[in-house]
Amino acid sequence: MASWVISIAFLLLIAALVLSFIRLVQGPSLPDRVIALELIALITTAFILVYAVAVDVPAFIDVALVLALTGFMAAIGFARFLERGGNPK
Amino acid sequence: MNTVVAILILIGAGFIFIGGLGAYRMPDMMLRMHATTKAGALGGGLVAIAVGLYFADPAYLVRTIAILVFVVLTAPVAAHAIARAGYFTGVPFWEKTLKDELREKLDTKGHHIYSGLESNGDVETRRED
Repeated sequence: MASWVISIAFLLLIAALVLSFIRLVQGPSLPDRVIALELIALITTAFILVYAVAVDVPAFIDVALVLALTGFMAAIGFARFLERGGNPK
Repeated sequence: MNTVVAILILIGAGFIFIGGLGAYRMPDMMLRMHATTKAGALGGGLVAIAVGLYFADPAYLVRTIAILVFVVLTAPVAAHAIARAGYFTGVPFWEKTLKDELREKLDTKGHHIYSGLESNGDVETRRED
């Protein structure tokens, strides 16, 4: 795989990670932060997948699979917490 | 094949970047969710497909397809759950939002949505309070 493709993909993913992290820090309400967290989990999944291509180690795909599974549970848990009367700040 | 993989990875990373940009720039929660859920899920799926094609082995292709299916299945469900929770907890909307029909028909304490036809008598059963 051409190294400049990997570099550009990493740069785009890092930029997306920084932007969603800013939203996570300054998000005015808890649902905003949960959205940012969900996006961060997805960006990290894609990052691990691109890294597996960069170092040519296919075993990292399993890590990405597990991360994709756990991010969903966190989002559903936060949604339940909010609907049952958690503090929405 | 390498060209296809490179194009898919670049397009997928670009879509994820657009999702992050939307999460940062959009004015309220629903619009942010609109950006992150769709662009993010599409980008993640494209990257997963590209990685599966790159390793060109059925064992890894199946895993990347599992990632794709899981992302595409769960992103709308999670977004719906969070949007519902945010709506019920009264997250403020953008000041230029024109119409919010759900707000008039919603009982946020009992989690009921009234259709507006309850006074006809035949659907009286849902109004407990």
